[in-house]
Parts: sequence; structure tokens; C-alpha cells
Amino acid sequence: MTIPLPILDSAAPQVALDHLDDLWFQVGGTVCNLECSHCFISCSPRNHTFGFLDLETVRRHLAASVGLGVKEYYFTGGEPFLNRDMTAILELTLRYGPATVLTNGTVFKEDWLRRLRAAEDASRYSLEFRVSMDGFTAAENDAIRGAGTFARILAGVRHLLDHGFLPILTVTQTCDDDAARLFAGFVNLMKTNGYRKPRIKILPTLRIGAEADRQRGYQDHERVTPEMMAGFDERLLLCSHARIVTDRGVFVCPILVEAGEARMGDTLADSLRPFRLRFRACYTCHQHGTLCANIPTTGDS
Amino acid sequence: MAERIAVFGGIYSNYLALQAALADVQLRGIGDVYCLGDVGAFGPQPNRVFPLLREHGVRCIQGNYDNSIGHELPDCQCGYTDPRDNYFARISYAYTLAGTSRDNRAWLRELPLERRLTVAGRRALMCHGSPRRMNEFLWDSTTSSHFLRHLAEVHEADIILATHTGIKWQRHFDGKHFVNVGVLGRPENDGTTNVWYAILSVDTDVSVEFVPVAYDHDRLAHEMAAERLPDEFIETIRTGWWTTCLEVLPSKERRRGHN
Ligand SMILES: [Fe+2]
Repeated sequence: MTIPLPILDSAAPQVALDHLDDLWFQVGGTVCNLECSHCFISCSPRNHTFGFLDLETVRRHLAASVGLGVKEYYFTGGEPFLNRDMTAILELTLRYGPATVLTNGTVFKEDWLRRLRAAEDASRYSLEFRVSMDGFTAAENDAIRGAGTFARILAGVRHLLDHGFLPILTVTQTCDDDAARLFAGFVNLMKTNGYRKPRIKILPTLRIGAEADRQRGYQDHERVTPEMMAGFDERLLLCSHARIVTDRGVFVCPILVEAGEARMGDTLADSLRPFRLRFRACYTCHQHGTLCANIPTTGDS
Repeated sequence: MAERIAVFGGIYSNYLALQAALADVQLRGIGDVYCLGDVGAFGPQPNRVFPLLREHGVRCIQGNYDNSIGHELPDCQCGYTDPRDNYFARISYAYTLAGTSRDNRAWLRELPLERRLTVAGRRALMCHGSPRRMNEFLWDSTTSSHFLRHLAEVHEADIILATHTGIKWQRHFDGKHFVNVGVLGRPENDGTTNVWYAILSVDTDVSVEFVPVAYDHDRLAHEMAAERLPDEFIETIRTGWWTTCLEVLPSKERRRGHN
């Protein structure tokens, strides 16, 4: 069920694409085996608003990305590993550049991880897994991600470690909790599960999709105004250096795929024009920056 | 006869490694020596590296650390979000800022942001992180070759030289070269205590030699302890494994330090 994103009618600043550094693929569509209560695009087993991307579509865009000088590739959904082409897609991508896949960690198959281990070993590039987990206890995590998921995610993390991967645990700050407590809890949990130097990334929630119902939506003052761009480094915003390919065309970023206005065109070449920040979720990106990349995008120095 | 230059970066106040590297360069008869920035950080006694750089006529550009110390900014501009990394980055930065003399801060402030030169007919561009951003991390395993080609085209260079990440690497693409020269300040997360610099030789071909530099790391470790710098920093100097600034390290580079 798509809830159209409200568009602001007040003046909104425009952000030009500085360079297409990160090319995203919504390989999993909006289909997910889980139904997390904070999901910003309300993914579920029944949400077919966006479908899977097939290998050929990915291949075509990878080829187009070479001439554009893309630096890194990211894969998201829904759950990417529900796409039966996912292993082949990552194998292909690692011939072009570094690949990162955002997964819930609950559906890995032994054979896929073996193939991906071999693909990363054969490539000069890194394959990163970002595994979502929303609490360092079963009670906290399962309240958000669903009953029994804590144990399944941990098993997925151990499975990745067994194959020599070093996953980045991606944690959404779902309550007004301090990040330090979350961080310490996750470090401890990972260490007791055999992850000696765990990688942890804590993210703010996006108050759209299911999250708007779970907690609250955006308030009226939570918007990006032209004044807020004065002295602000635009490179902190994903729209200044990324685009995402979906089965319904190329969109500006992984967050705004449900907004018609965020559809930039059919091809990458069409999608390189500037984008106007008319969506309230842009406010979160402006406040926090570096939401979606593996490592913080560094600002002007 | 090939034209040769020696290039290093990331001294991080490791004046003992700098001395050893400069001696090695001299022994090889290379006259042109360049530093790609990050003079301070991490190590002891920040003022000790400056006279060495001046005496040997090392031509420097500004790194993010130099920019921060020079302008007395609140942090080192590495942009960590991991609280463990931030904790140690703050200690290191406060120590270095407090210990760098006024004259040396002014010197850092005036350093150029990049340097262009022609080496045997090739256009070389020296920068700290990347040609477009002083504090951009370009790692071997997270930088596609077509992105490097884009940088070389936009910035009109045949050879790009950078540092900042702490781990050396190089790539040859379309007749052009990218070289991360490594750092002199700390070993590169591989269990050995030596540090690295690079020699670029150009005649009809371009070749890059990475040179390991052994130095008295025990002495450095003792001096760091005397300055009450964190045990984690000293451990890195003694073991060759990184203990801090780990957030930005991608899988392949990280795996060498067995997670
Ligand atoms: Fe640096």
C-alpha cells in the first residue's frame, strides 16, 4: 500500500548532482520477508509497488555507469536476497567496482555465501554487507523487526563471519535513546558472537512510511528551506552524489522511491539533472547527513 | 635516465620515521622530495618534524590535519561517527594542537592545497585525499577504475599522488596512474612495524616503488608513553595493527587485521 509522500508547496532549495559517485539498485523492490514497524517504504511480503530488478537490467546500468565514472555500487530493497539473481548480480558488479548490499540477514543460503566469498576474493574490490538490527536484546529488536528475528539475524551475522565477511551492523535509533548506550550494547553483543572488532552504524529514523504511524510523522517546521542551505555543504546530501535504479525508472535516492516527483527519468543519463528538496524526509538527510553511505561523507575542509 | 622523485605523506609527528626515510632518500641520490600532508597527529612532540622538513627542503602540501591545526579548528576533519574512533581522535587532536608552536601553526596554515609538476613530460598532480576533496578517503578496494579515470580527466593529470588513508596502493588505467603513497606516521595494519614512502620514476614508462622504512619504533613507543599518549596508539606502533580510526577501513583492507 503506497502512501503518497506529501510535497511541500513552500520554496524549496535545488541540489545539483556534483558527480554520480554512488549508484544504487533497488534490486529487492519493496518486497521483504519481514515487516518492520519503522520501515520508511513499508516493505512487506505483499508490497509489490516495486518489483525485483533482473540481472540484465543491472548489467545494462553497470555498463552505462562506466562512462559516468561511478565510484561505488549499492544494493537495497526490500530484501535483496529474495531476488534469485542477487548472487549473480553481486558477482557481476564486483568486476566493475566495490559493492555494498543492505540486507536483513535472515535469508542467506550457504551456496550463495560461498560464491560471494569466491567473487570477492577474485576481485580487487570489497563486498560489504550491511545487516540491519534494531536492538541488542531480543525484546528490543523483535518489537521492531518481528518475533524471532533477533536470533535469525544473529545466525546470519555468524554465517557471514564464517565466510570471512565483516558485516556492518546498521542500527536505527528507534527510540529517543542515546547512541552511546546502543553502541556499547551492540559492541558487546557482537563480541560475544565472535566478532572481534565489530562495525556498527547508527542511523536516525525517517518519519515516513510505516514509521510515521509507529512514532510520528514530520512536523510542520521540519523541512529544508533555502535559508538552511546557506553555508551548508551539499555533498552531505545523497542527491548531490547518488541515484537509484528501480524497476520503475531512476529515482533520486533510496528514501524517496515512492514520490513521483523523485523519479528522475528512464535512464541514468536522464537522471543527472538537479533535484528540488520538496520532501520532508529531506529534512532528516539535511540534519544528519551521510545517512546512506558506508562511511561518513566528509564535508568541506 | 629516468626522472625520480620521492613522495610521502601522513608523518603524524613520527619524526624518527621521517629521519629514517630522509636518510634513505639521500642514500638513493634523489633530490626532489615531497610531502602530501598530515604533518602532525598520533605521535609525540609535534614540533620535532618541522626543522627536518625545512632542512631537507621537503616541499609540502596541506593535509586535513594541517588545515585543522593551522586554523585551530575544533577537530581533525576525519569525520568519524564511531564513538570509539572519535574518542581517540579527540585526544590526539587536543595533544597535537596544544603542542604545535605558533610559528609551526602559521607554517601549516600557509601550505598549498595541491601541487602540479611535470615529470619527464607527464602531468603529475599531488593532493592530500583526492583531487576534489582534501579529506576524501580513496582506498584500493572501494575506488573503481572508471572513477579514477574521471578524476584524471577532470583534474587534467596523468599521475595523481595522494595519501590520507594510511595504506599505500597504486593503479594503472588507460595509460594513467593513481598512487596512494602510504604514510610515514604509523604502520599499515599488516602486523609489521615498518612504514612506507614511494619513489616515482618516469622515463618512457611510469614506475612506482614503495619503500619500507624501518625506524626505532621502540624509542617512539617510549616517547609516546612518556607523553602519556593512549596505550592504543603505542600498541599500533609496536605491533603494526591498527587500534583506532577503524570506521573508515573497508572489508579488504580490514581483513588483513583479521577483523
Ligand atoms: Fe589526512
